[in-house]
Amino acid sequence: MPENSAGTLAPPPAAKPRIKPPRRLAGTLYRGKEGMWSWVLHRITGIAIYFFLLVHILDTSIVRVSPQAYNGVIDEYKTPLMGLGELFLVIAIGYHALNGLRIILIDFWSFGARHQRLMFVVVILLWIVLIAGFAPTQIHNIILEAQGHASA
Amino acid sequence: MTTETIPAPRSSYTPPRKRRVNWEKWGWLYMRISGLFLVVLIFGHLFVNLVAGNGVRAIDFAFVAGKWADPFWVVWDTLMLWLALIHGANGMRTIVNDYAHKPVIRKTLLIAILVSTAALILLGTLVIYTFDPCPSNAIAGTLPSFCKAG
Repeated sequence: MPENSAGTLAPPPAAKPRIKPPRRLAGTLYRGKEGMWSWVLHRITGIAIYFFLLVHILDTSIVRVSPQAYNGVIDEYKTPLMGLGELFLVIAIGYHALNGLRIILIDFWSFGARHQRLMFVVVILLWIVLIAGFAPTQIHNIILEAQGHASA
Repeated sequence: MTTETIPAPRSSYTPPRKRRVNWEKWGWLYMRISGLFLVVLIFGHLFVNLVAGNGVRAIDFAFVAGKWADPFWVVWDTLMLWLALIHGANGMRTIVNDYAHKPVIRKTLLIAILVSTAALILLGTLVIYTFDPCPSNAIAGTLPSFCKAG
C-alpha cells in the first residue's frame, strides 16, 4: 500500500492530540451563550410580530367598510388589556430591530463578528432604554382612556 | 491485476451545472436590506401612532383619513406593508423549513404562507389606494373635519 511506503519518513504520531476539543459546545457565534439566546429571542419576537402584522392589516382594512366599523375595532385597541398588548408588541419590535441591526453588523463588518458579544450587551442596554422611554407613555394613555378622558 | 483509471492530476474538473438564480442568497440579502428600511418605517409609525399627542387614544377613522390625505403617509404605509409582510413571510418560511420535517406538512405551511401573504398585500394595497376619506355611509361625527367643505 502506497500510504505505508512513506510511513518511515513521517515523525512518530504524538501520544495525545495537542488541541483539545471544547468541553462544551458553547461560546461560538451561534451555539450556546449570547449568540444562541439572541437568535432564540429573535425568532420568538419575529413570530409574535408576524402574527400581529396579519391581524393589523385586517383590522386596518376595516377603514374601507365604514368609519363607525373602524372606530369600533380601534376602540378595542384602547382597552387596558390591548394597551398592555401594544406595550409588549413595542418591546418585541424593539428587540427584533436592535438585534437585527446587530446581525447586519456581524454579517457585513469584521468588527461585528469579532465583537458580537459586546454588541449583544449594547442591544440589551438600548432595549431597556427604549422600554423605559415608551412604557410610561403607554401606561399613562391606558389609564387616561380607562378613566374616560377625551382623547382629541 | 486490474487497471484503475485515475484522473490526471491538477486537472480542474467542474461538473456541468446550469446557472440558476440563487434565491436563498437574495432572500438572505432581502432580510437585511428590508430590515434597515423597516427600522425607520416601523419606529416612525409607532412614534406617530402610539407616542405623539394622545398616543393610541387619538386613533380613529378621522386620524387615518388625515394621515392618508398626505401622499407622504400613503407611500410610507405602502412601503411598510410590502416590506414588512414579505420580510415576515420569508422569516416564517425559514422557521417552517427548520421545524416542519414531514414534507406534506412543510408544503402545506409554505403554501399557506404564500397565499396569505399574496392576499394580504393585495388587500392592504387596495385599501390604501381605494380609500375614501368622506364615505356616504358614515355616521355623523366620525368623519375628518375637511369633509364638511365638500
